[in-house]
Amino acid sequence: MTETSTRMDWIAEIEAIRDHQDDRAFARLFGHFAPRVKGFLMKSGVSAEFAEECTQEVMATLWRKAHMFDGSKASVSTWIFTVARNRKIDMLRKQRRPEPEELPWGPETEASPADVMALAQDTELLGQALAALPEKQRVLIERAYFGELTHSEIAAETGLPLGTIKSRIRLALDRLRHAMT
Amino acid sequence: MKSINHHLTDQLLMGYSAGSLPEAFNLVVATHVSLCDDCRARMHEFDAVGGVLMDEAGIEAVSDDCLAATMALIAAAPAEVKLAPAPSLSAVFPIPLQDYVGGDLDAVEWRRIGGGVSQAVLQTSDAATVRLLRIPAGVAVPDHGHRGMELTLVLQGAFRDETDRFGPGDIEVANEDMVHQPVAEAGLDCICLSATDAPLRFSGILPRMAQRVFGI
Repeated sequence: MTETSTRMDWIAEIEAIRDHQDDRAFARLFGHFAPRVKGFLMKSGVSAEFAEECTQEVMATLWRKAHMFDGSKASVSTWIFTVARNRKIDMLRKQRRPEPEELPWGPETEASPADVMALAQDTELLGQALAALPEKQRVLIERAYFGELTHSEIAAETGLPLGTIKSRIRLALDRLRHAMT
Repeated sequence: MKSINHHLTDQLLMGYSAGSLPEAFNLVVATHVSLCDDCRARMHEFDAVGGVLMDEAGIEAVSDDCLAATMALIAAAPAEVKLAPAPSLSAVFPIPLQDYVGGDLDAVEWRRIGGGVSQAVLQTSDAATVRLLRIPAGVAVPDHGHRGMELTLVLQGAFRDETDRFGPGDIEVANEDMVHQPVAEAGLDCICLSATDAPLRFSGILPRMAQRVFGI
């Protein structure tokens, strides 16, 4: 089974949770993602105990917000990352995180399978591009996302391979960009 | 049809996505993204980077009862059917900004800060500050430099400074090298959302104090 079809499978789990409150689909999703969410949180420097508690909150949020998932905008791992990040800010900094307003065509419009597939493939390419980065650049990106760089350090850091990232993730999202205008 | 010419930098979008910006900057970014489809697509791109990193960051085993504890959380508060409020086409402020103001433009409690300019400071965490500015048409904001970074997002009207013209939806990202003097264009009052992570250095304040002291 290729990585892409694995990523597509997680969409089926989300839909089963959304449409049928499917416990078993949730258990499969949990088995894959809960240890990754916990790993991400611990890499961000929080204790195992806090990470475990936060992971439970994140996974519960996925169940509650399954109807908000849109596979043409984000892969399942991207969506889970955003939920985990927001929960971490909430619990660690005790502050609100302002989010952009939803687009008018919002979550009630079913995403087209072609767009979902295209985004999954692009995410795959992005993963390959990140894996192929020189070690030094990859470490910098990880440090930025694991909260080890302040925003001023990100702004001042000239070694971040922003060009590489950008050139690899334009395809499906260009479609998104045109769909919105 | 709005055309936006000045966008968020990659560094700010990455910081927003990584969650390392102060709350005041998050508010400016979320407000700009609400107005700008291009930056919204770029924001999703940076979120996708976070997704890939989380996927590959390595796993930490969860405790044996972690799933059961999560199911208990879900049972306690099962589903969230609340849909996000629909954006109003007639509003000047996008929804994330309305959340901080407690309403649209007409709900702002302005305080005069001199020269015809008014401001309203919005409540956020201490790491940076964010305020709304109202600059009457034709009026200049006092010449100022920056110790840190300053983001200025236009919501209504327009201003010009030494670098360019900024209209509705445009964002100016100024760093400590920049000394600029924004002047509001003729027409509607210019309404901006402005965030800084260090106090501004108003070079105009000293001359004004000197005027008062020396009576000149």
